[in-house]
Amino acid sequence: MLIKLLSGDTPRSGLLAVLLLVILISLAFAPFLFPGTRSLETAAKICIFIVLVASYDLLLGYAGIVSFAHTMFFGIGAYGTALALSTTGPTYGSMIWGTAAGAIVAAVFALAIGLFSLRVKAIFFAMVTLAVASAFAVLVSQLSWLTGGEDGLNYSIPREFKPAFKLVDEKIFDVRINGKLLLYYLVFFASLILFLTMLRIVNSPFGRTLKAVRDNAFRAEAIGYRVVWYRTTATVLSAVMAALAGSLLAIWLRYTGPATTLSMEIMIDILLMVVIGGMGTLYGAVIGATIFILAQTYLQNLMGVAAQATSALPLVSTLVAPERWLLWLGVLFILSVYFFPSGIVGRLRAGRT
Amino acid sequence: MANTLLSLSGVHTHIGPYHILQGVDLIVPEGGVTVLLGRNGAGKTTTLRTIMGLWTASQGEIHFADHDITKLDTPAIAGRGIAFVPEDMGIFTDLTVEENMILAAANGTMDPKRLSWIKELFPPIGSFWNSSAGTLSGGQKQMLSVARAIIEPRRLILIDEPTKGLAPAIINAMTDALRELKNTDTTILLVEQNFSMASSIGDTVAVMDDGRIIHSGDMAVLAANADMQERLMGLSLEAHQ
Amino acid sequence: MSDTTIKPRIEKVPAAEQLVQKLPVLLVPVLALAGMLAIGNPSTWLTLTVAGLAMGMMIFIMASGLTVVFGLMDVINFGHGAFVTVGAFVGFTVLAWLAGWTASPSVLLNLSALLVAILAAMLITGGLGYAFERVIVKPVYGEHLKQILVTMGGLIVAQQMIHVVWGPDEMHLSRPEALQGSIVLGDAAIEKYRLVAVAIGLALFLGMRHILKNTKIGLLVRAGVENGEMVESLGYRIRRLFLIVFMTGSALAGLGGVMWGLYQETITAHMGSEIMVLVFIVVIIGGLGSVEGCFIGALLVGLLANYTAFLAPKVALISTIALMVAVLMWRPQGLYPVVKAK
Repeated sequence: MLIKLLSGDTPRSGLLAVLLLVILISLAFAPFLFPGTRSLETAAKICIFIVLVASYDLLLGYAGIVSFAHTMFFGIGAYGTALALSTTGPTYGSMIWGTAAGAIVAAVFALAIGLFSLRVKAIFFAMVTLAVASAFAVLVSQLSWLTGGEDGLNYSIPREFKPAFKLVDEKIFDVRINGKLLLYYLVFFASLILFLTMLRIVNSPFGRTLKAVRDNAFRAEAIGYRVVWYRTTATVLSAVMAALAGSLLAIWLRYTGPATTLSMEIMIDILLMVVIGGMGTLYGAVIGATIFILAQTYLQNLMGVAAQATSALPLVSTLVAPERWLLWLGVLFILSVYFFPSGIVGRLRAGRT
Repeated sequence: MANTLLSLSGVHTHIGPYHILQGVDLIVPEGGVTVLLGRNGAGKTTTLRTIMGLWTASQGEIHFADHDITKLDTPAIAGRGIAFVPEDMGIFTDLTVEENMILAAANGTMDPKRLSWIKELFPPIGSFWNSSAGTLSGGQKQMLSVARAIIEPRRLILIDEPTKGLAPAIINAMTDALRELKNTDTTILLVEQNFSMASSIGDTVAVMDDGRIIHSGDMAVLAANADMQERLMGLSLEAHQ
Repeated sequence: MSDTTIKPRIEKVPAAEQLVQKLPVLLVPVLALAGMLAIGNPSTWLTLTVAGLAMGMMIFIMASGLTVVFGLMDVINFGHGAFVTVGAFVGFTVLAWLAGWTASPSVLLNLSALLVAILAAMLITGGLGYAFERVIVKPVYGEHLKQILVTMGGLIVAQQMIHVVWGPDEMHLSRPEALQGSIVLGDAAIEKYRLVAVAIGLALFLGMRHILKNTKIGLLVRAGVENGEMVESLGYRIRRLFLIVFMTGSALAGLGGVMWGLYQETITAHMGSEIMVLVFIVVIIGGLGSVEGCFIGALLVGLLANYTAFLAPKVALISTIALMVAVLMWRPQGLYPVVKAK
C-alpha cells in the first residue's frame, strides 16, 4: 500500500527514509509540534516549495532541460488565483476557477515555449526562458491596473480559512483549531497529493522514456521516440505543477506580488534547492527545499552570531554576515554540481549498506 | 623489411557506451602506403582518430618513431609530424583556400617550392587561391584537404577515404597525386573502400573487422588472390565493379 | 595528370540567394525607417535613433565575447553578467579616485581618467575571466547542463563578492565634464556621451572584423568555430585559443560595464544580470557564434527598445522579446546561423 503510494520508488537508503519520515511527520503535525506563527509560516512555505522544486526537478533532473522560466509559471498560478479572489470575491468558486485558469495559462505558455525552442540545444532553451521570464516579470510590474504592479495584490479568502474562524471552541493540545490551521492542512494535503502525483509520473513509462531521452536524445530518436514531444510534455507538466504550487502560495499568503513569485532570486533559490537536494530524484526536492528554507529562516540568525563573534576580524566578519549566506550557498552549489551531481539524496543512497 | 614507423598494440577505444576498437594491432612500415580495408563500421575511421588523439585509447599503446604517443593530445601528435585528412575533409569553408593553407603551414609561411609543387599536383588549388573554400566542389575540397596535409614535410599522413563520392576522373587524379607523394619520404596510412584504387597504390595492407585487424600483409599477395579478398572483405567492397 | 579531367568549377550563388544573405543587414535601416514613420517628428526620431544606436553598441560590446566563446567551444557563460558588473564597479571606483581629473574642464584630463578607468576595468575583468575559465568552466567542458548550472553558480558567488567588496548600495557617479551635456542638431538634442558610445562600439566592431579577417589568430578563431578538431589536428591548441578568447570576451564585458554604468550614471550589483537578458536576446537573434549577427541584433534591439520606450513605454522589453520570436520564426537559428562541421 505504502509502496504503491510511492509508485514503487522507495527511498532506497535507511537514513534517507528516516529523514523523509521526520520531514513528513514534522510537516503533518507542524501546528502541534512547533506552535507559533513563524514556524507555521515556515512549514507552509516548505510544503509549497517541495512541490515547486519537485516540479522543477521533473524538468531538470528527469528531462535534462534547464529552464529559467519556472518562477514565471509559479507566478502565473499565483496571479491566476489572486486575480480570481480579488475580482469575483472570496469564494471557493473563485479559488477553483482561478487555480484552474492559472494552470491552463501556464500549460499554454509552456507549450508555446517548448514547441518553439526545444528543438534546438539545451543552452538555447535556457537562454530563451531566461529572456521570456524576465520580460514577463517586467510586464507584470508594469500592468499595475491589473496586477497591482510592484505592490502586488491583497485579497480575502473564504472565511473558513481565516484565523478568526473557530472550528471548535476548545484548544486541542493547547493549539487553537482555527481557520489558519485548516488552511495549513489544505496546503499540506494538496502538496502531498501533488508530490505523490509527480512521483507517479516519473515512475510511469512516460517518466522512464523521459530519462532515456535525457541520457541519449540521439538514440531515443533513432529508436522512434518523438524527442520533442516528450520534452514538451515534460515542460507542460512541470509548468502546471508549478502553477498549482503558485496557487497554494497565493491562498496561503492572501497576497501575491512580484517579489514572492516572479523574482530571479526565487528562481535561483529553486536551482539551489534542486541541485543541493539531488537532481533526478524527487526526494531530493523534499530534502533540498526543507534544508534550504530552514537555513534561510534560521541559519541567518546563526551567521549573525558568528559575525558578531568575529567582528574583530573585518574581512571574516563580512564574509559570515547573515546577508552573505547566499555566497556560501553559491559555493556549495558549484561544488555540488562538480562532485555530487546527485546531491544529498545521491550521497545517502551511495553510502547505504 | 623497412623500419616500423607507427605501431598500435592492443588498442581499445570506447566512444560513449560503445566499444569500437577491441584490441587493434597494426604496424605501419616507414615509406610507402599502408592501406586499411574493411567494411563500414569495422573501426577504420576510429583507428585513424585514435592515432591522431581525437579519441583516447582506453587500453593499449601507440608508438610513433619509437616514442609512445598514446597519451599525447592532438596538437602534440600533429607536432611530431603526423597530418590528418579526415573523412569529411575538415575544410574551413568560411576561409579562403589560401587561408586554409596558411593555417596548415607551420609558421604561417609556406615554402614556395612546396607550394608550386602542390599547385602542380592539384591545379584547382592555384586557380581558386583566393576563393572561399566553401564554394569549392567536393573533389576540389578533397584536394585542398590533402594539400593542407602536405604543405609541410610530414613523416606520416593519415588519409580517410579520399575517393569517397568522387567522379572517376577525379579519383584518377587523386591516385596520381598520392602516387607522387610516395616518391617523397612520406609514409601514408590510407583508409579506402575502393579496392582497385587501394591495390594500385598500396604496398602493405591490413583488413579490419569488428574492431580488430583480421589480416595484414603485402598488398600484392592480396591483390592476386580473389578467394582471399572474398573471404576477408565479403561483398561490401566495390572491388568487383 | 591532365588538366582537362578537372574542370575548375565554382558553385555560383544565385543573385536571389545573395540578396537573402544580405537581408539581415537591411533590417537595421528598415527598422529605423519604420521608427521614423511611427514617431513622425524627425528631431525626436533622431534623438531616439542615436540613443538606440548607442545602446545597441554597448550591448554589442558586452555580447560579442559571449557569442564567440559559444561558437568556439560550445560554452555559454551564464555568469557573463558578473564581468559587466565588476567592470562597472572597478571603472566607477577608479573614476571616483580620479575625481580631480574628471571634474576638470580639460578634455584631455577627462579622457585620460576615462581611459585609465576603462583599462583598469578591462584588466581586472580579463583576469577574472581567466580565473572563471580555469575554475568554473574548464571542469565541465562538453556538458551543457552542468555548464549552465555551474556558470549560474559562478554568477551567484560573483554577485555576492561584489556585495562584500563594494557594499550593498548602488553607486552614483557623474560623467566626466567633457562627456556631459548635449549637442543640438536642428531641433534634436543629442547627448555627447551617446555619440562617444557609438564611436567606441563602431571602432570595436571594425577592429574585431579586421582581426577576424586578417590576422592568424582571427583565422584560427573562425576555423575553430567551424571545426575545432581540425584546428587541433593541424597542431594548434584550441584550449589556449579559447582561453584567450574567453579572457578577451570578459574584458570586453568589463568595458561594456563601464560604458553602461556611465550611461546610466548609477550602478548596482544586479545590473549585470539585468543586462544579460538583453545580451541573450541579441545573441539569439544574431545566431549563436556569429559576430556580425550579434552586431546587427544589438543595433535592432537598441533601436527597437528606444522607439517603443517612447511610443509605448510599458511594452519596451516585451517588444524585444517579440522581435526575437519574429526572427526565430523566420530563421530558427538566428540571423546568421553559424556553420558547424560537427
